Amino acid sequence: MSAVPGEQHATEAADLDTVCRHFGISVEDYLLPSRGQIQIVDETGKLRPAEDQGTEPGHEYPLPDDDTLMKAYEQLVIGRRVNDQNSALVRQGRMAVYPSSHGQEACQVAAALCLGADDWMFPTYRDSVAVMAKGVDPLETMILFRGDWHGGYDPRKYKVGIQSTPLTTQLLHAVGVAHAAKLRGEDTVVLAMCGDGATSEGDFHEALNFAAVFNLPVIFFVQNNQYAISVPLAQQSVAPSLAHKAVGYGMAGERVDGNDLVALMAVLGRAVELARTGAGPLLVEAHTYRMQAHTNADDATRYRQDAEVQAWQAKDPLNRMTAYLQGKGLLDDPASERIAAHAEETAKALRDGLNQDPEVDPLELFQHVYAHQTPQLVEQAALLADELSREGDAK
Amino acid sequence: MSPHITTSSEANGNVSAATAQATVRAAERAEAAGPKPVTFAKALNTALADAMEADAAVVLFGEDIGTLGGVFRITDGLTARFGEQRCFDTPLAESGIAGMAIGMAINGMRPVIEMQFDAFAYPAFEQIASHLAKMRNRTRGALDMPVVIRIPYAGGIGGVEHHCDSSEAYYAHTPGLKVMTPSTVADAYTMMREAIDSDDPIVFLEPKKLYFSKDPVDLDALRAEHDAAASAGGHLTEGRAAIARPGTDATLIAYGPSVSTALAAAEAAAQEGRSLEVIDVRSIVPFDDETVSASVRKTGRAVVIAEAPGFASVASEITARVQERCFHSLAAPVLRVTGFDVPFPSPKLEHYFLPSVDRILDTVDLLQWED
Ligand SMILES: Cc1ncc(C[n+]2csc(CCOP(=O)(O)OP(=O)(O)O)c2C)c(N)n1
Ligand SMILES: [Mg+2]
Repeated sequence: MSAVPGEQHATEAADLDTVCRHFGISVEDYLLPSRGQIQIVDETGKLRPAEDQGTEPGHEYPLPDDDTLMKAYEQLVIGRRVNDQNSALVRQGRMAVYPSSHGQEACQVAAALCLGADDWMFPTYRDSVAVMAKGVDPLETMILFRGDWHGGYDPRKYKVGIQSTPLTTQLLHAVGVAHAAKLRGEDTVVLAMCGDGATSEGDFHEALNFAAVFNLPVIFFVQNNQYAISVPLAQQSVAPSLAHKAVGYGMAGERVDGNDLVALMAVLGRAVELARTGAGPLLVEAHTYRMQAHTNADDATRYRQDAEVQAWQAKDPLNRMTAYLQGKGLLDDPASERIAAHAEETAKALRDGLNQDPEVDPLELFQHVYAHQTPQLVEQAALLADELSREGDAK
Repeated sequence: MSPHITTSSEANGNVSAATAQATVRAAERAEAAGPKPVTFAKALNTALADAMEADAAVVLFGEDIGTLGGVFRITDGLTARFGEQRCFDTPLAESGIAGMAIGMAINGMRPVIEMQFDAFAYPAFEQIASHLAKMRNRTRGALDMPVVIRIPYAGGIGGVEHHCDSSEAYYAHTPGLKVMTPSTVADAYTMMREAIDSDDPIVFLEPKKLYFSKDPVDLDALRAEHDAAASAGGHLTEGRAAIARPGTDATLIAYGPSVSTALAAAEAAAQEGRSLEVIDVRSIVPFDDETVSASVRKTGRAVVIAEAPGFASVASEITARVQERCFHSLAAPVLRVTGFDVPFPSPKLEHYFLPSVDRILDTVDLLQWED
């Protein structure tokens, strides 16, 4: 593998200096995010001229190939369908809660598709669509929200951490996975996700600093959807951007239009490639918007104006990508129909699965606390088993 | 190309380093033949080295544990012997240390991490309580968490504020964690080995007042005993209390730093003709109800001794368990000698706070003796 993207014969691991030499820029210019958000496709679905994409020397991004874009688009359509299906199932009482990523699907899809099969992802509660796009079975993903257990999939099987609720704690797990891989000489890249509000947490700081000091291949991917439940970004941070936080750790930061799937694929794709060469961690901030309430239990009208939501509606990632691909002649009617059918299949699998009431086993409460049940848990399990058998007798 | 780093100790150095290691090991073996005075610290250090030798997945990290060997020197020499990839310093961030250990465990390693002092482990509490303790359960057994958190623990050293906390109740109250504390040099070795062998997370509390105490022990014999038990799939210490001193009239139940105080009290009581049995709990979680209850049923009287403030404490839990299990054998209520419900005192005041021989004997006197 080359030290820097595109260089074939390098044998040494890349360090910051090598990378900067490759791009012909200073370390500061490499670490600092570009002056504005990287945007490759504009809100109407038109390719922006290269000089208008927000790039600067060292921050230019090649356009992903057609095949990559079509695969990503398919996941985008599925992601939107999944979000809306799940929200409907919550309204019908089939799930306790669902934090929807409606409006953020481009981020979700790019986060999963930029990774290789052996790379890891550490998602939050909001990132179910990313989890599914990484390959986790949709129904297994939703077990957390259906309420039969705290997690429904085997993280090692899919290389996806369990969706984390305690904010930014999972970033440190990402650091640990990357560190273990590095110690074994494996070139695993780890992508760790969090929201804008979460960047105020202490573990955000500790994780970025650890990743930088140990020079680990971790991409910190912040979806800045402008709110942490009700609290707007301005009350979390007065930094010029969240991407700027990287510089303080000696890490490269970049900011990107989070509703532009093409730009996200380009920026995250290069970040993964750089991290894999040994260039260290990166922080990518995506500007996007949470189109719906924080969860179904939240009332967003209490803290934001309809006009603001409408303005973001015009920047919808799905409409934009559809227009772009149609304009490019990549997306014809048969392709659209095939993709829509695939999305409908996933939605149906979710409906069918979540409309079932699988039996929960009360005695499983005691099964996974320790590798072997302690004598105390054996006693408590017997107590509950006895209660259950007496209930059974009474029936 | 990504940096090639392996976890094998041999691969970190060159041939001469490997030869040097072999020489060191041979010398250690020769030196260790037969019981010799060994410090508690050296027993822990040897256990760590043996575990690292036995399994390349064992990695150590924390604050000042590399070049310096830890502020108490428990990791002395391990970086030199096993390389910087196996025993290293991190930035100062306890949540970071615990969180990174969790990630490493997810990815196949067996981290042993050090918190510099008991009260400095608190920043790591969210990682410990919300993830380390719950990961196996949350993933229905898919992810085990073979992580050991080593914590220099408790008082009795004249330490300043934040260096002497007895924090065991926080951990013992958290399902999913196991909590161990050795009180003898031999147990320091064996319990550390078993903690590292465990697929469950272990909070390993090292009574810091014992670090430089010595017992005559045969480390080779302990190593062989551990290896034999481990290969038979059994435990010598996990979930097993020890009878530190047999007796017939009352049972003193203690752990960690309080065991030596309890033994001294039993010795003093013997001079006055009273035979006290001393139980060393060793494994707070899982708790050995069987050994403790058997002793109290035999003696009919019990005092539970611990340094931590008594309210809502491990001592309270033990007292309740003994009461529930031994009620019909009890000649007197189970009593406790614990720290007062005050923050750990400054050095000039700590001896008023810590359980003492006199306070234990006074309490034993209250156990409704017939004579
Ligand atoms: C440590 C912690 N504190 C508080 C919460 C409660 N909480 C859940 S989501 C949330 C807002 C997070 O906002 P952000 O990071 O922007 O992510 P978003 O929900 O917008 O995707 C809060 C405060 C939590 N889950 N964890
Ligand atoms: Mg947010």
